[in-house]
Amino acid sequence: MSNTIYGKSRRGRLGYRFAAHTPQRPADFPEAYLRRGSIGLPEVSEPQVARHYVGLSVKNHHVDKDLYPLGSCTMKYNPKLNEEVSALPGFCGLHPEQSEDDVQGALEVMGSLEEKLAIITGMDAITLQTAAGAHGELLGLMLARAYFDDRGEKRSTVLVPDSAHGTNPSSANIAGLRIRTFASGADGRVDLEMLRKELNDDVAVLMLTVPNTLGLFEDRIGEITAMVHAKGGLCYMDGANLNALVGRVRPGDLGFDVMHLNLHKTFSTPHGGGGPGAGPVGVKSNLEPFLPVPRVVRREGCYEFEYNRPKSVGALHSFYGNFAICLRALAYITRLGAEGLRKASGAAILNANYLARELSSLYPIPYGQRCMHEFVATGEPFKSHGVRTLDIAKRILDFGFYAPTVYFPLVVPEALMIEPTETEGKETLDRFVEVLTQIAREAAETPELLKEAPHTTPVRRLDETAANRHPVFTAPREA
Amino acid sequence: MPYTYHTDDDRKEMLQRLGVESEDQLFEQIPSAYRIPGPLPLAAGKTEPETMRMFAEIAEKNRPAATMLSFLGGGIYDHFVPALVRHLAGRPEFMTAYTPYQAEVSQGTLQVIFEFQSHISRLTGMPVANASMYDAASALAEATLMTAKITGRGTVLYPAGLNPRYLAVMKRYATGQGISLQPVPFAAGSGQLDTNALRAQLSPDVAGLIVQTPNYFGVLEQPWTYEADVHQAGALLVACVDPISLAVFRQPGAYGADIVVGEGQSLGNDMNFGGPLLGFMACGEPFVRQMPGRIVSATRDVDGREAYVLTLQTREQHIRREKATSNICTNQGLMATRATIYLSLLGETGLVELGRVCCERAHRLAELVGGCPGFALRFDGPFFREFVVRCPKDAEAVVKAARGDGILAGIPLSRYFGDAARRDLLVATTEKHTEADYERFCSVLRKD
Repeated sequence: MSNTIYGKSRRGRLGYRFAAHTPQRPADFPEAYLRRGSIGLPEVSEPQVARHYVGLSVKNHHVDKDLYPLGSCTMKYNPKLNEEVSALPGFCGLHPEQSEDDVQGALEVMGSLEEKLAIITGMDAITLQTAAGAHGELLGLMLARAYFDDRGEKRSTVLVPDSAHGTNPSSANIAGLRIRTFASGADGRVDLEMLRKELNDDVAVLMLTVPNTLGLFEDRIGEITAMVHAKGGLCYMDGANLNALVGRVRPGDLGFDVMHLNLHKTFSTPHGGGGPGAGPVGVKSNLEPFLPVPRVVRREGCYEFEYNRPKSVGALHSFYGNFAICLRALAYITRLGAEGLRKASGAAILNANYLARELSSLYPIPYGQRCMHEFVATGEPFKSHGVRTLDIAKRILDFGFYAPTVYFPLVVPEALMIEPTETEGKETLDRFVEVLTQIAREAAETPELLKEAPHTTPVRRLDETAANRHPVFTAPREA
Repeated sequence: MPYTYHTDDDRKEMLQRLGVESEDQLFEQIPSAYRIPGPLPLAAGKTEPETMRMFAEIAEKNRPAATMLSFLGGGIYDHFVPALVRHLAGRPEFMTAYTPYQAEVSQGTLQVIFEFQSHISRLTGMPVANASMYDAASALAEATLMTAKITGRGTVLYPAGLNPRYLAVMKRYATGQGISLQPVPFAAGSGQLDTNALRAQLSPDVAGLIVQTPNYFGVLEQPWTYEADVHQAGALLVACVDPISLAVFRQPGAYGADIVVGEGQSLGNDMNFGGPLLGFMACGEPFVRQMPGRIVSATRDVDGREAYVLTLQTREQHIRREKATSNICTNQGLMATRATIYLSLLGETGLVELGRVCCERAHRLAELVGGCPGFALRFDGPFFREFVVRCPKDAEAVVKAARGDGILAGIPLSRYFGDAARRDLLVATTEKHTEADYERFCSVLRKD
């Protein structure tokens, strides 16, 4: 691991100093409290640190470089305005334990975003406390449990279709609920007869992603949610794909009782190489008493935090969630406005359908004529050449694009899940089609080229098996 | 509309290829009953200058701690963020990339995570660290679940001096799993965990003991004095630590901790009104397969080049679904990137210096505050950069009075510990403060 920052360390080199003098070890402490020996952090200069991390950064593909068609992840452009807003000292310098008088602006941001998200989703109340989509799912299921406990009902099953995100079943498990997976229907949507058989008095929640992970809208959603309600259950919407619906369809109108949103997908906040996100949760009024504390409330023109809510499930975050991410999302909503949001979902669905249309002759799309914001193609036809979807994905990297999501959802073999988002133009989409056309040809003529791809990336295929068998989690300490 | 770039001709051409007249027609796959007829009742869009102005005006309504004389802590600290950290972490290559699924074009992010894991591992003295958690609270909650899963037991002991905000989240997670949480009291004099009480509470059903050091009162604990008892009882030791304190004080790996968690906000991240934060987690090798979150391993590519990759993914939700160790997917990657750069920049010398400066300054402040008439240190246990002061009157009143002079005096403990703590004020300092700041603070305390 000689290429890490540790490899650049030389004893006696100073990176950064906070003090004019070097204080001594604290004198009054018994020896047992003190650290013995060195920590082992590197000793590098500031210019070296700059070069090291700039050098690493350029090895990344990222949205500002080119298309990032990673299905279900909504890798749209992240407006720089949002970054400037969140960097205002009046926001980033706030301590969470400051008195409400001193943070009226921050509370206004939270209150205003909750209000706008409620309008967009058609839900009655929103909490911003959850830090990511999976965190939101967990809260949503906890709210459902609290709701049934409050009613004295014992229900412990969560139903999900086999096309669900992996976070759905695992969130249910952490919430202490039992998961039951049911098969999607022949058209990739929920089969109502199948669902009817699954429904019983133990079903607490049906979790659905709308549009689902195949990019399809559940066109009988009203009947589905009504069926669940008739059996006394609740309906949860995984809002990972909300980008397709903003300004067009409100989940609250479809019969959902609770949902989460991913601000880092739909509302343009950056993904940061894995986070932070924000996963606000919206509920109908029946679940509102159970929302985590504090709630932001407005009294006599002033905002305040309300902690005294007897039915609340408590807290899921140290403070108020990923405030600075929420702030970026509010900047985005403000900038776009009602019409802009509607146009964004329009452009997203146009781009996805255009791409699906242009690619489908080479990469069949098993489900659906029309898609919403994304679609799932299959690499199945290339198997006869010994080429797998993974190989196609790796070859795409050679052309300077990121690869689609692969092998998900599980219901499509050799899946390639493609989401272009609304911030791509026709030129980019056409270039992507050209590349995929060339790759399809290569698969037949020179399959080795794909199987050994990528060729032009900073590193080539990695030995994941060795990493799994004998993982190396940290840079070894120097002798 | 901003951020999209179809010309009218592009749109027309694309719609034509699809055989439709408009985007609206593409939405007709959704039954009309579910579609909203008109635009949402939201304001019209704004230009960039208008938006910026609007938010600048809202920001004006805040009085940020970072620009005042603030002694607020309680888990979030106002350390200086070096300019380089902000600049490097703000690069779009880090900012606008996704989770590094395609390793060949994500080596930047992957190596940063590997260096983050290495830094955290060295700081804590633990062999393995993960790629980050939401915050210390959720990391601690996940550690609680881990102890129950590993030992097959149902009770977890926590110190009564634990950060109450972490406790609230822990409780929430534990409820889901049916884990019972039992408090271990603190000694009234030192503020440290009451070891006699602990020994009495270590029953065969105890999965783990959580110890926070420094605890919420800023007092450092002595886990090495009861580590053997915890392990003898078949339980695990979970340490919740302050990363900067580890530059000076004993690391959990040196006293037998099994799992280590903490809050990394102080490592080059802004306070951001409490979010996004940076939870971290480290553990011993035997428990790595029970650890939540992403983990990166070093490996090689087919040409033998050094490279990095996500590993042990069979622990994770996208592979294992309901059997995953945790439901976490999106984490706090960019905050971890900032912490990595911060720790690299400060390095061994800088971090040790920072730790010592904070410790030295906190003791100086304690001496000065303790010298103010009617004010005294609440506990006699050793502390790092934060301590509790017993005030001559209600701490809320002290805070209010100081606020009038533009000073944020600290956190009144009555917020979390009830009426018995009404005169107790939690005061924190960092390297940003000067002797003159302390003088100003004390002159306000002395006023009445």
